[in-house]
Amino acid sequence: MAERSRLELIGRRLLSAVPSVFGVVLVTFVLTRALPGDPAVYFAGMMADEASIAEVRQRLGLDRSWVEQFFAYVWNLLQGDLGRSLMTGRPVLTELAERLPASLELTFVALLFAIGVAVPLGVLAATRPDSWVDHLCRVVVTAGVSLPTFFTGLFLVYIFYFLLGWSPSPLGRLDFLYFPPPHVTGFYTIDSLLAGDFETFRAALNQLALPALTLGLFSLAPIARMTRASMLQTLSADFVRTARAMGLAGSTVLWTYAFRNALLPVITTLGMVFSFMLGANVLVERVFSWPGVGSFAVDALVASDYAAVQGFVLTMALLFVLVNLTIDIIYTLIDPRVGVEG
Amino acid sequence: MQHFLYVLRENPITVIAFSLFALIVFAALFGPLLAPYDPLASNPARALQPPSWDHWFGTDQLGRDVFSRVLVATRLDLTIAVAAVTISFAIGSVVGTLAGYYGGLLDQAVGRVTDTIMAFPLFVLAMGIVAAMGNTVENIVYATAIINLPFYIRVARAEVSVRRHAGFVEAARLAGNSDARLLAMHLFPNILPPMMVQVSLNMGWAILNAAGLSFIGLGVRPPTPEWGIMVAEGATFIISGEWWLALFPGAALMLAVFAFNLLGDGLRDLIDPRRRT
Amino acid sequence: MSNVPLLEVDDVSIEFRTRSGVVKALEDVSFTVAKGEIVGLVGESGSGKSVSAYAAMGILDAAGVVTKGRIAYQGMAINGAKERDLQALRGREMSMIFQSPRTALNPIRTVGRQIGDVLRRHGGATRQNWRERAIAALAQVRIPDPARRAEAYPFELSGGMCQRICIAMALACEPKLLIADEPTTGLDVTTQAAIMDLIANLCRARGMGALLITHDLHLAAESCDRIVVMHAGHVVETGPVQALFARPLHPYTASLLAATPSPDRSLDDIGAIPGNLPDLRAPLPPCRYRTRCQRALEVCDREPLPALVEGKKEGTQGAFGPLHPQPTANAAGQLRSGDGSAVAPGGTGGQNPPHPNHHTVRCWNPLRTEEAA
Repeated sequence: MAERSRLELIGRRLLSAVPSVFGVVLVTFVLTRALPGDPAVYFAGMMADEASIAEVRQRLGLDRSWVEQFFAYVWNLLQGDLGRSLMTGRPVLTELAERLPASLELTFVALLFAIGVAVPLGVLAATRPDSWVDHLCRVVVTAGVSLPTFFTGLFLVYIFYFLLGWSPSPLGRLDFLYFPPPHVTGFYTIDSLLAGDFETFRAALNQLALPALTLGLFSLAPIARMTRASMLQTLSADFVRTARAMGLAGSTVLWTYAFRNALLPVITTLGMVFSFMLGANVLVERVFSWPGVGSFAVDALVASDYAAVQGFVLTMALLFVLVNLTIDIIYTLIDPRVGVEG
Repeated sequence: MQHFLYVLRENPITVIAFSLFALIVFAALFGPLLAPYDPLASNPARALQPPSWDHWFGTDQLGRDVFSRVLVATRLDLTIAVAAVTISFAIGSVVGTLAGYYGGLLDQAVGRVTDTIMAFPLFVLAMGIVAAMGNTVENIVYATAIINLPFYIRVARAEVSVRRHAGFVEAARLAGNSDARLLAMHLFPNILPPMMVQVSLNMGWAILNAAGLSFIGLGVRPPTPEWGIMVAEGATFIISGEWWLALFPGAALMLAVFAFNLLGDGLRDLIDPRRRT
Repeated sequence: MSNVPLLEVDDVSIEFRTRSGVVKALEDVSFTVAKGEIVGLVGESGSGKSVSAYAAMGILDAAGVVTKGRIAYQGMAINGAKERDLQALRGREMSMIFQSPRTALNPIRTVGRQIGDVLRRHGGATRQNWRERAIAALAQVRIPDPARRAEAYPFELSGGMCQRICIAMALACEPKLLIADEPTTGLDVTTQAAIMDLIANLCRARGMGALLITHDLHLAAESCDRIVVMHAGHVVETGPVQALFARPLHPYTASLLAATPSPDRSLDDIGAIPGNLPDLRAPLPPCRYRTRCQRALEVCDREPLPALVEGKKEGTQGAFGPLHPQPTANAAGQLRSGDGSAVAPGGTGGQNPPHPNHHTVRCWNPLRTEEAA
């Protein structure tokens, strides 16, 4: 395949994300305007009189038509204006940007853990049907989807912090004894390594272990399930039979032929898994007092800080669109068939 | 029926799922009658007691009986999930059927809407919806219904669109049946089995979602007994070792979700033995 | 050495243990493929042709078990051999091509690379030269512009092209035995002929032995030296291609021939074979064709089935000798005893089956010479 057509395909993928982004923005806009009661009254505060309410209404553009308001909303978004947080009085964008690395670090570590466990588990289960690995896989898959993350998190805390004392107290990203490493990526583990501070690195990793484990356990099930099913399918595929009939080495047949093909649906599943993780993140951050965007959003919800909540929803949705886009592009690069039938 | 019994015999796990399911429904129906204590009655003298004969699941920080609260909460948790799933099922099957049957512009519009919903991380979208519409139990139900809707629409749409030109549909059409009658009497019964599988797989997820939302303080307010909120309240005490406050409601929640998931898998085997994984 | 057949399947039974019961897929199956010989294995779908081939390659499913008999490649046992030894054999000594060639190739690997995988494994190709060697292998099967084709993915190629690539891959390391499992099924008619010519010519040119599995009797008649007819897991008849087509002995072979359309026959004359293959999970009569056979007699329930050999009269054309029991230890349909000496490795003495070129049938009531007139 010519490289140009590959690039063209990727370009088309990028364009296809535009309607998703538009839809996301539109829904968030509707959610912002669906506030119960008159937002102007709300934003004007308790002591407001008629005049100040009218002034707030005009300032917020609430006296204009919905279409105008929508364009104003989009215009503000383009300038990075998500409104101001009532809780902190600072721009929502700043608040989110400050907290996003914490959430992403947690999510990525959890995802790595989940993939690292689930994919080998699924492969082993598929290559040894009805063995103990297969049964373990089945138990993990069924139990995994039934576990409420906030509940698993709490019990990991109970076991590893209260009973065994192996884990630091489940409060935040770093024990108060340590100073955060100099900000480069915002990921404490990476930043501390960059600074050559292994002590802090270990502390950050300790803090990270339980929440990441909680979130990882949650996403284990769908990945393992998909890996197993998809490996079973490719292992019984005609081309694996051909590879065997050609006497290729067992490892070549398993990895180069069966596994690489089985990976394609697994990669697709990762999109869905990521969606679940972004939701579960909120719960896990709550349990471990993790200072990420999820905790911020929950605080904002409780404080009825709508701009902050909607900013959070929009950010998460855009992040998810980005993830799906990345997955699509990876898929396009791996599978030569993409874009041919369509 | 024969087949049904056969599947039960072949699948002891499905039997367990059915029993668990029966237990949960029983608890939801009769829980308030069976509870040994008033779930709301506090008794500071007996606060934070570990499980004992008097209090099977111990007592919470206000001396309320955890067992009674867990039992009574079954009804509320199940009601929220059932209501949400019913709404998604009703709207999803109608919209999906119409989109699958008529195709064209309607289909495209429906597709756009479901895609847009799916473009959000679903739990986050539910949070946003509750935040915008107001923090009430009804809105938890609506939010859960909305985020589940795309799955129902897709199943119904797919099932109808493959059958749209099937022989029996054409025959019924030529026999002079109206579209409405055709959809209701001939196509709908066909989409019912896969939709039921979707329902039972979805129930577990709906329960988890609703509990998750109340865990972060949305919807149900204390002191109402509800699993998610009880886990949230118990969370503070985990660090000091009072595990029973969070364990029992959490375990009940897990068991309920587990039962529905197993049931869904069992139903899928029953309806379509080929799709086993 | 020359006496040892390339492939020897001797009195083999295979069972599949499935959830719904034990499937007796093969029972007492014997046939051989000699060097440079093309043997056709024919029968309806489900008659056990592919199972025989998979067993010969040692690539049966885990559920399939060889319960009896011996499969040997040049005297080396296949059943019971170590997977590592089999891997060394497959692709280098014996190769296989399959039906539906488009799915038989890895969809996300270029065909050149896939051939390269085989060459690097068995053909001594290196990281540097596998590409040229793969292209050379493609050229051997007369693929135009092989260098460009080598970079293609299977989905970019036609079914016929994919089968050529499969053949190139199978023959890349110059094996001595090729097993072709319905190689032309699903291809269009002109491509079918071209692929069959290619296989037959390459086999003849290289002196390879080949086992051609097909349900298409015409195909078998055109390319094969000898035919083995299978029905429901039994070999019912074997013989040289002319003798077998001119004078089928087994009622099943006769109905297979009658069921084959040909240009000089009107559609009305084509007889369908009544009934279906029996359920191989149920208890079966000694003759598995019994329920479908119009010539069945009471004697047909007798066990064991006889193996009859047609006596050969030298120099007589169109005339055939009488049938007589196979004069060996391995004959007379003996089922489960006394084969110890007969299957001794390399033993090709008088005790073994008669010359494979003899026309043999396993039936109590075959179509005899006098009834054919």
